[in-house]
Amino acid sequence: MVSESPHLGHQQELVQEDSDTRSLSMTSRRGPRSLPPIPSASRTGFAEFSMRERMREKLQAARSKAESTLLQEIPTPRPRRLRSPREKELETEFGTEPGEEVQRTQQEDDSQSYSRVKFRDSVRKIKSKPPVPPGFPSAEEAYNFFTFNFDPEPEESEEKPKAKNRDGTNQEEEEGEEEEPPVQGEHKTDEEELLSAKDDEDFLLGLDHRAEDFVAVRPADYESVHVRLQMEKELLFVPSRLTVPTYKKLPENVQPRFLEDEGLYIGARPEVPRACQNIMENRLLTQEPGRKWFGDDGRILALPNPTKGFPSRPPILTREQDIKAELETLYKKAVKYVHRSQHMIGSGDPPGNFQLDIDISGLIFTHHPCFSREHVLAAKLAQLYDQYLARHQRNKAKFLTDKLQALRNAVQTGLNPAKPHKSLDTTQKAINEYKSEIRQTRKLRDAEQEKDRTLLKTIIKVWKEMKSLREFQRFTNTPLKLVLRKEKVDQKADEEAFEAEIQAEISELLEEHMEEYDQKMEGYRAAYQQWKAWKKAQRAKKKKKKQAVEEHPDGEVEEPYPGEEPVKPVPPEPTDRALVEQQVRERAARSRRRPGEPTLVPELSLAGSISPNEQCPRAEVLRREDVKRRSIYLKVIFNDKEVSRTESRPLGADFRVHFGQIFNLQIFNWPESLTLQVYETVGHSGTTLLAEVFLPVPETTIVTGRAPIEEVEFSSNQHVTLDHEGVGSGVPFSFEADGSNQLILMTSGKVSNSVSWAIGENGIPLIPPLSEQNIGFRSALKRADAISSIGTSGLTDLKKLAKWAAESKLDPNDPNNAPLMQLISVATSGESYVPEFFRLEQLQQEFNFVSDEELNRSKRFRLLCLRSQEVPEFRNYKQIPAYDREIMEKVFQDYEKRLRDRNVIETKDHTDTHRAIVAKYLQQVRESVINRFLIAKHHFLLSDLIVEEEVPNISILGLSLFKLAEQKRPLRPRRKGRKKVTAQTLSDGDIKVLVNVIRAYDIPVRKPTASKFQQPARSSRTFSEKRAASPTTHSPTHSADYPLGQVLVRPFVEVSFQRTICHTTTAEGPNPSWNEELELPFRAPNGDYSTASLQSVKDDVFINIFDEVLYDVLEDDRERGRGIHTRIERHWLGSVKIPFSTIYFQAKIDGTFKIDIPPVLLGYSKERSLILERGFDAARSLSAGSYITLFITIEPQLVPGESVREKFDSQEDEKLLQATEKFQTECALKFPHRQCLTTVTDISGKTVFVTRYLKPLSPPQELLDARPNDPQATAELVARYVSLIPFLPDTVSFAGICDLWSTSDQFLDLLAGDEEEHAVLLCNYFLSLGKKAWLMMGSAIPEGPTAYVLTQEQSHYLIWNPCTGHFYGQFDTFCPLKSVGCLIGPDNIWFNTQQYDSPLRINFDVTKPKLWKSFFSRSLPYPGLSSVQPEELIYQCTDKAAAAELQDRIEKILKEKIMDWRPRHLTRWNRYCTSALRHFLPVLERSRGEDVEDDHRAELLKQLGDYRFSGFPLHMPYSELKPLIEAVYSTGVHNIDVPNVEFALAVYIHPYPKNVLSVWIYVASLIRNR
Amino acid sequence: MAAAGPSVFLLMVNGQVESAQFPEYDELYCKYCFVYGQDWAPTAGLEEGISQITSKSQDVRQALVWNFPIDVTFKSTNPYGWPQIVLSVYGPDVFGNDVVRGYGAVHVPFSPGRHKRTIPMFVPESTSKLQRLTSWFMGRRPEYTDPKVVAQGEGREVTRVRSQGFVTLLFNVVTKDMRKLGYDTGPPDTQRASGPSPPQGLPR
Repeated sequence: MVSESPHLGHQQELVQEDSDTRSLSMTSRRGPRSLPPIPSASRTGFAEFSMRERMREKLQAARSKAESTLLQEIPTPRPRRLRSPREKELETEFGTEPGEEVQRTQQEDDSQSYSRVKFRDSVRKIKSKPPVPPGFPSAEEAYNFFTFNFDPEPEESEEKPKAKNRDGTNQEEEEGEEEEPPVQGEHKTDEEELLSAKDDEDFLLGLDHRAEDFVAVRPADYESVHVRLQMEKELLFVPSRLTVPTYKKLPENVQPRFLEDEGLYIGARPEVPRACQNIMENRLLTQEPGRKWFGDDGRILALPNPTKGFPSRPPILTREQDIKAELETLYKKAVKYVHRSQHMIGSGDPPGNFQLDIDISGLIFTHHPCFSREHVLAAKLAQLYDQYLARHQRNKAKFLTDKLQALRNAVQTGLNPAKPHKSLDTTQKAINEYKSEIRQTRKLRDAEQEKDRTLLKTIIKVWKEMKSLREFQRFTNTPLKLVLRKEKVDQKADEEAFEAEIQAEISELLEEHMEEYDQKMEGYRAAYQQWKAWKKAQRAKKKKKKQAVEEHPDGEVEEPYPGEEPVKPVPPEPTDRALVEQQVRERAARSRRRPGEPTLVPELSLAGSISPNEQCPRAEVLRREDVKRRSIYLKVIFNDKEVSRTESRPLGADFRVHFGQIFNLQIFNWPESLTLQVYETVGHSGTTLLAEVFLPVPETTIVTGRAPIEEVEFSSNQHVTLDHEGVGSGVPFSFEADGSNQLILMTSGKVSNSVSWAIGENGIPLIPPLSEQNIGFRSALKRADAISSIGTSGLTDLKKLAKWAAESKLDPNDPNNAPLMQLISVATSGESYVPEFFRLEQLQQEFNFVSDEELNRSKRFRLLCLRSQEVPEFRNYKQIPAYDREIMEKVFQDYEKRLRDRNVIETKDHTDTHRAIVAKYLQQVRESVINRFLIAKHHFLLSDLIVEEEVPNISILGLSLFKLAEQKRPLRPRRKGRKKVTAQTLSDGDIKVLVNVIRAYDIPVRKPTASKFQQPARSSRTFSEKRAASPTTHSPTHSADYPLGQVLVRPFVEVSFQRTICHTTTAEGPNPSWNEELELPFRAPNGDYSTASLQSVKDDVFINIFDEVLYDVLEDDRERGRGIHTRIERHWLGSVKIPFSTIYFQAKIDGTFKIDIPPVLLGYSKERSLILERGFDAARSLSAGSYITLFITIEPQLVPGESVREKFDSQEDEKLLQATEKFQTECALKFPHRQCLTTVTDISGKTVFVTRYLKPLSPPQELLDARPNDPQATAELVARYVSLIPFLPDTVSFAGICDLWSTSDQFLDLLAGDEEEHAVLLCNYFLSLGKKAWLMMGSAIPEGPTAYVLTQEQSHYLIWNPCTGHFYGQFDTFCPLKSVGCLIGPDNIWFNTQQYDSPLRINFDVTKPKLWKSFFSRSLPYPGLSSVQPEELIYQCTDKAAAAELQDRIEKILKEKIMDWRPRHLTRWNRYCTSALRHFLPVLERSRGEDVEDDHRAELLKQLGDYRFSGFPLHMPYSELKPLIEAVYSTGVHNIDVPNVEFALAVYIHPYPKNVLSVWIYVASLIRNR
Repeated sequence: MAAAGPSVFLLMVNGQVESAQFPEYDELYCKYCFVYGQDWAPTAGLEEGISQITSKSQDVRQALVWNFPIDVTFKSTNPYGWPQIVLSVYGPDVFGNDVVRGYGAVHVPFSPGRHKRTIPMFVPESTSKLQRLTSWFMGRRPEYTDPKVVAQGEGREVTRVRSQGFVTLLFNVVTKDMRKLGYDTGPPDTQRASGPSPPQGLPR
């Protein structure tokens, strides 16, 4: 209906119009006018226009008319509404022709009117009115639009018809008509003109006008629809809907080519509406001039419809589908179901409308339980008669006789020499063949004749029996009657024929016998000859033997003749003719009708009468009654389903049932089986299935009308015994009176039926296609889609399918056939593969651009995968190369090695097997824990993502109000918390570790005795110069103490972190003050600044204190005045080691630390007498040592990782767990910062109540035996043993995820643990020593939250640091423990509720409930929790040899390392010194580094008198090599670069039980004094 | 080296943060930064920037014009983790506190040429009405801990946001060696690039 041409026409017209307006504006002003209305209604025959539209039309007509007349008379500028939008609408909406035509006419109009109007144009008007730019409505137009008043009413009646029959070209008529309206219109337009002129003037001169002129009334801005449409037209492109002619879409001079016609397969195109296609084609043609989008056939290129014809998802047999099926309303035509109707209506559609006609005509019982004896005989008779008839029909005997005759003739002629043209051989051969054939035929004929005769005899016999039976029972039950018709024969001819026959036979037989005789004779002769020869030979032998016997008279036993002595052959007897003749005659008499005897032809008829009931005995009557009660029906079973059944028919007295019904089966499924079931109904008692009759499915050639009625026999095996004359079934019965000669008969019968295919209305047989039969398809419906039925039916024969495919000439390119073709190809290639599964992405294979193996082989892909899995080695791998070849194989080496080594224990890295195992175990535990928590890491909380102010509560509000009144700059400013930075935004160089070294106390001082080797004068001089430069507060006192002015020590601090080293300036004296800030950059491992990664940083911050010693190296004293030649040496005094993880978690570390000073510092001493300063001694009564005050922090402050928010499962009692939670919340409420610990996580991730860890466990006996009398010494020894177990923070091993507590035996096995494990073990040891001991949870410096052990001595408490083995008094100011949260005993937990938590200020008396809140109290008594600790610890003695070996290895490695660290210098080893040191180390171990210095020094002096010696022993617990190396490195011994320096290094390992090793390293540098 | 074939491709982005439409707010400034994957590295130019404060234009459009230039060059081996520009706009609230007015992110266009993108901006919502009130009082609106969160998908499910306005960005994208490495981003449709691309969702 809608066509596209209006667009085109419209465009043309627009162009025209534009040119018009342009010419107008340039040359003359011609009022464009609108057309008379389009009589579209009449033209297009839209009579059903609404009234309203007609009115509108009329209105328009009137208006346009008025305008046109106006134009002609007074050519004033008209509003440029050439066409009203209404008109346009009409054009686009209605037919093509009217619009075009109208426009054409309009153009003509224009031209006409133009010529006419032109001369009348007044120049004046143009001058007064500026031409309106085309495309925009002038103000006047706009005004007109709103104000123009039409008055069409008066002319309505006359306008209407005219408007309808108006022709565009009929200009005169139009003019003539327009007389009335112009008057009005003229008048109005004049007015408008005036107005608009004024407006325009205003508009033009507006700028120059006075102010009041600005208040001009202006029409509202309006963009006319037309103009807008025009604008849109410029902007928008609307493609046409017209069909594009084919030649446009094809290159020039190319005929469209239809591939389909050429026989190629081009699938089904997706369906797209024609209009859409046209639009698309038009758009493509306009936008892209190239024709690449069009195919050879001139249509848009399109892929075949991708929709699959069959579902790829197997049907879902769930409830959902049921619901859906229930919801779906399906219309079904009402079907009248007629029971036992002639038609079985199949529900379905025509494609499967195949019909099988089953004609069941009747049923005859050949035996039935209700048969009387007579019936049995009758049935037998009938059967025999049937046989007879059948034989008679075939008449085989006759046929054989004829054949025999013919053969004889042939033989006769063959023997006749009158036929000489045949070669003798062939005739002889043929005759022989004939003869043998004659023999065969004769035998057959005899057999047939004999059968015929016996049959006849039997019939007669049965009939006689029947007759005798009838006579005996004196009634007849069957109408059977046998009549034997005698056919007279010509006796003489018959006899002759008989005789001739016999003679012929005899002669033949004789001939045969003769032949036989000849053969036998021949055989006899040969045998006889043989026999004779043998006889002769025998005789000769005998003679010889006789001679032999004579020669040897002693009478040997004569051997009997061997058994094989041939018998003398008997010559065959010649046949006797008489005998043969007798045989033949006998046979003939037996099998043949005697000559002259009449031929008997039995004829069975039903002409007999049945005795009526009255004449019958009671039993017979009963039988007849019984038969009458019985009825029979048949069920038709098709494919094991009952499809119909016959009517129930009564069983006749003759046991025949006639049905005569035809069933038309409309089928869908290929018939597999067709069965009739015979049912018998006896009275009303019910039905029994007698038998099943299987009917053959007819061949496709058998159609209705051609099908013969066939009889199909059936029989039943049921056993029926009846109490009347009926013989029953399966029951023996007899005809004889004495019951002999029994018979057993089974129910049997015959169904006469015919099955055939029906023929449809148009003569087409309704047979399922042949093809399906071939491939054994079950369903006719699935013919269209072979593959699906192949999938479903198991009976597929692929060979046949292939054959069928070849025969049916499938298009192999058709995608519909693709699966089939593939299947066939698979089948023919031998490997059958039919997937029996459903695959979700069955097209995945097509999208794989490389095979999976290839993809896995790609190194780049592997790298990307590993990185995305966040495998530690690759987590932060940057810039994975773009090509495989750029990825080095070694990238994976570490990772692969780790995977490989997961179960292999590598002893190379670890010098000790046990520790290797432990390390491996730890690694595995760590991995599993990390994997468990990796997921938890990705769970975000709102606070992780969004910073939001907390809702202030009243107190905070109050505080903030209070703050308003606060001083802006308080006198005592408070520290403001720094802003924390989340780790993820950081990168290298962003983080710095700030170390503020403030001051140190009690640094060892140089021994004055050292001056023996030095030149005190020199060094003092140099020093005094220095001192002048940097006078310290302490120096005056020192100088006062030392009369020579020699400084005690000049210490400086060096901080090393991640091999970056910073040091302070040098201060002076044993109590120096530096107050310097050192800045060390921090680099995260692999550049990974995530929280987890930062937590696992194992680096330590080493703070080493050195003494700077200046040596004068001036060779010549005479030059002293002119130059200074000194060498700076530094001597290591001690160190403090702070793990980065501690700094990270604490955010800042502020405090005074004990400096770890080696037990022997040669050349230095702590001369207490010299440093009697401000009563420090009192405070340091127990723990003497050097101390340093430090402030360490990280800039910017990092947010420490939070522990995982996960609740672990537990085996604790639920009540206990609830109590712990309650206890903890209560404690946290009161003292939120105090550590309260009730439950901990054990190594398998289960929550355990903490007191279960505490249990007395005995320390190694070796330790107890060492100092049996001194309990304090024993305790120290035990503490030392515990501290020798290496420290490994959980946060490092488990990346801050959680704090795992291992039991003491696990701890000893692992030989690694953090404070808790150490503390637990130590506490257990103390408990077993009989001390009162508690686990003390608190925070210390620098560890942060930690665990210490508290013991109660007689009068005081001791605080033990389990990791160092040091102990402190309660009031020791330098005790690192700064706050106490709770105490844990073996049976209770006490929370500190005192005001203070510093150990200095609290009371440790846990019996006071006011001070200590206990977990178990009277309300919750201690339930007696069993311990998780083992019964006792078993200590194995450490292998001393292994320790010695390890000692050697460590020494060797350390030596190599020192040489490595001095790459530019020669490293000499002083063996003498080394051996001396080696001897000294065990002494140190024995005395635990105390009080040996003097002896040692003396010994060394004695041995190395002329060396300047600096060195010290280091003592560490052994965990692995790296810390040892780090420790040696941090001492800086290797840094000495004096040319003739020598080194000494000795290692001693003292083994403690359970593989706990105490390592001593003595490292020294020696400089020979000149 | 060049003969052997490039091992990285380069992506040069320049352009500007042109203007914004925040109907209710005035005197805003914006920050931008780039978020990119591990295989990316900036080679030249500024990765992040902060603009001047701009006031609304006096005309009807009331546009906030920054015309703040972006100029950065990346190199990469892998298009995975293609750079995204993350914008965050801040401005004073009633009390003069600087509060965030919008977050937004968009991928750098991957086809070379001139592209204009209009990003809808959003801010996280307070968790409760009381929170909203107090945050309004205190001038501490909820903010993302890191603006780069808006370029990621992880963890966003815990947040609620509200739409705030639009920022218009102009990109001029030049790529080098991408095709040689097998990534064909293809030249864009020439007509589309030159034609007026209609800003979606932008009120006219």
